Amino acid sequence: MNNAIDIRGITKKYGSLTALDNVTFSVPEGMMLGLIGPDGAGKTTLYRILTTLLSPDAGTATVAGLDTVKDYKGIRAEIGYMPERFSLYQDLTVNENLHFFASLFGVKVEDNYDLIAPIFHQLSKFPNRRAGALSGGMKQKLALGCALIHRPKVLLLDEPTTGVDAVSRSEFWDMLATLKEKGITILVSTSYMDEAQRCERIALIDKGRILDVNTPEKLVEGLGEHIYNVSAEKMYPLLEALRSLPEVKNCYTFGATLHIATESGFHPADAIRRLSDMGLTDVKIYPANGDIEDLFIKLAGNGE
Amino acid sequence: MENDITISVKGLTKRFGNFTAVDNISFEVRKGEIFGFLGANGAGKTTAMRMLCGLSYPTSGSGTVAGYDITRQAEEIKRHIGYMSQRFSLYEELTVKENLTLFSTIYGMTSNAIKAKTENVFRILGMENMKDAPVKDIPVGWKQKLAFSAATMHNPEVVFLDEPTGGVDPVTRRKFWEMIYRASSEGMTIFVTTHYLDEAEYCNRISIMVDGRIKALDSPERLKEKYGVKTMDEAFRIVARDARRGE
Amino acid sequence: MSIFVSMIRKETLHLLRDFRTITVVLIMPLVLLLLFGFAISTEVNDVKVVAVVERHTDDTRQLLEKFRVNSYFTFKGTVPFNEVEPLLRAGKADAALVLKYDGDRLCHQIIVDASNTNTAQTSTAYIEGVLRGDSEMPVITNTLYNPQLKSAYNFVPGIMGMIFILICAMMTSVSIVSEKETGSMDLLLVSPVRPRTIIFGKLVPYFLLSCIILVLMLLLSYTVLGLPFSSSVFNVIWVTILYILLALSLGLLISTLVDNQVAALLVSGVLLMLPVIMLSGMIFPIDNMPVVLQWFSGVIPARWYISAMRTLMIQQLPVSYVLTEITVLAGMAFAVMMLAIGKFNAKH
Repeated sequence: MNNAIDIRGITKKYGSLTALDNVTFSVPEGMMLGLIGPDGAGKTTLYRILTTLLSPDAGTATVAGLDTVKDYKGIRAEIGYMPERFSLYQDLTVNENLHFFASLFGVKVEDNYDLIAPIFHQLSKFPNRRAGALSGGMKQKLALGCALIHRPKVLLLDEPTTGVDAVSRSEFWDMLATLKEKGITILVSTSYMDEAQRCERIALIDKGRILDVNTPEKLVEGLGEHIYNVSAEKMYPLLEALRSLPEVKNCYTFGATLHIATESGFHPADAIRRLSDMGLTDVKIYPANGDIEDLFIKLAGNGE
Repeated sequence: MENDITISVKGLTKRFGNFTAVDNISFEVRKGEIFGFLGANGAGKTTAMRMLCGLSYPTSGSGTVAGYDITRQAEEIKRHIGYMSQRFSLYEELTVKENLTLFSTIYGMTSNAIKAKTENVFRILGMENMKDAPVKDIPVGWKQKLAFSAATMHNPEVVFLDEPTGGVDPVTRRKFWEMIYRASSEGMTIFVTTHYLDEAEYCNRISIMVDGRIKALDSPERLKEKYGVKTMDEAFRIVARDARRGE
Repeated sequence: MSIFVSMIRKETLHLLRDFRTITVVLIMPLVLLLLFGFAISTEVNDVKVVAVVERHTDDTRQLLEKFRVNSYFTFKGTVPFNEVEPLLRAGKADAALVLKYDGDRLCHQIIVDASNTNTAQTSTAYIEGVLRGDSEMPVITNTLYNPQLKSAYNFVPGIMGMIFILICAMMTSVSIVSEKETGSMDLLLVSPVRPRTIIFGKLVPYFLLSCIILVLMLLLSYTVLGLPFSSSVFNVIWVTILYILLALSLGLLISTLVDNQVAALLVSGVLLMLPVIMLSGMIFPIDNMPVVLQWFSGVIPARWYISAMRTLMIQQLPVSYVLTEITVLAGMAFAVMMLAIGKFNAKH
């Protein structure tokens, strides 16, 4: 299978700050790859290089088989891009936005109707509403529609769902799944870990370096730690108490419970006894399945 | 028990022309509780929150926050609450210390109290070495903690957090929630909106707003039980599924 | 629809949707013209004069009669000397003329309220003129080009110099920078559209808007303000278009240098507008400035434009009289445009 995106040794510096440090990974055609990393990890810089807006200091990258520096004009017809926090022209209507972006690529809105049909269907209820008057979720869908208008081979989405509610986010990801089925390669970054689970592969990025690229399952397997759920009525004192235990390597909030990552010699019953000596009598400890979020916390914690 | 109620709202309604942004909502929040205020985009969360903060008058209904009436004692309320949002929290060009001093001064703290409190905040957060750095130069995780500290310098009874963690990575979000836990364990009431449903699990109780009304209100466990699902994410989707607004 | 037409259409929609701005932009030039033309006048009319006459003679009566009939003065009568100051203080008189006899010789003294220096100087000059007319040395003044010393259309070049910087430079830079802020500029740049097309798609609507404003301002000048109409209007138009192009290039250049709307407003406002008002000769004559400022005014486009407009519009002289100005403006326009396009294309 050919690689739709191929990144080889990309480095980019801003003065003394290294935004990207020898980044190498590739995305095969038709795959959805999630780029996961904290703020300032270099995600947006990588997107700007792939979209030809920025030249790397070292290394090369190809998108749809075209070099981002030499063939930058050719790439532009092949990619659909949604920049971070982007929300189209607020003072133009839904239709005006769609037609404007279609004209940029020399196509008609109807040309690739099958691709944007689900979005178009939802938007067709208010073709003359200004984009600024749409809800956050609808704005994102409109922006996706505009990015798809020329049937790009590769879709580059930079935190497309930030600030969007859970229902709209879920619908947005359903749409991405449909697009993937139609053979479009997708590189998407997100800070929502539940979304990361929906990607075929995940590239973990921190401080400009790629830490690992793998399927969500494989990544979690590589966690290599014993994770337990811990809960009690009074969570904050529990958190402090757990951190004082020597065999607890890390302790952090996790939904309704706390997660602890432990050394191999950890015995829940023993820990419960010691916690009860500290005045916490209602503690429950049971094994947990670590997920991407645990992995992320581990990797980010190591970096500090 | 009456004294334990920090926020109490009855039949709160706000109309803009024909549009009913908030439609007859009622709820109570106990002292020290972490109350999650959830809803889809455009459900009316922000409008409701503005009324509770004394920034907007209700069309009808009544409510008290920290013991003050939201229509008649708006100025008193502002003195007894803290507020933090993702959009604005700190002045980027001022240093860490200048920001804290500024917010304390706004809330009428004396300079001695400010000095003691800022030293205390720096010690707890472990930020002594960056107190003279401009806020724009410190990492995002620290900014979050600092913003929360600035909003709570005057020891408010309630702190309103409007999507405090939007677009922030999981590690930073966790550190932020630890601060919330700590504040809550010290008796501060937390009223928080968020789009991250795993964060909803951290709350003692959750309300879910749909089209201006509160469609669900209970603890995360009982909500999940009620809808027979494993995560708050699924529960939220079931509740918010029929939303007609948000288009 | 071609990309270019589509870009222009979109930009026009932005302009039309922003109803408040477009109204201000269309109406402000006309209001400024009328304000400067009529309401704000540097002429002094209606100087209120009182006279203190020691001894009435034929000479004094004749002199006072001249003030009575002169349309620039309102003669308020004769008063005792000790009333002069209270009258000036109360604003009931602007100047007092004291007529005394030193032996047989009639002496004049002018007492004038100088709280407004400009009015004081002008009214003193008027009074002296009337008095001199009485003596043995009459002065004949011929005013050319602006025979009635009317200031109504004297301000037109200055206002045009200011308005086009405002609309072209300020509005263009803000509109481009706002696209940078929302991220839509990135989207345009990663589409197959050439940067050149984006630039001209942005500039053309503002160019057209400026042309509409130019037509409105000229119509007003030639009708209401009474500027004499002649074939020089064609020179006025094409030199103004040159100036508009220069202002658009400046706007584009600013937009490549800053990355938020506030900075764009400040840069175009402080760096462009203030010098236009203070140093272009629009209000303060360049010859009266310190030498350093005179040199500095040489880099201000409006200075050359206003100077050219005064020659072409007020004096109605042929183009050969403003070749220097036109050369400077054309040179500046070319240099700034090249610099701006170069910077716009540059990758970081």
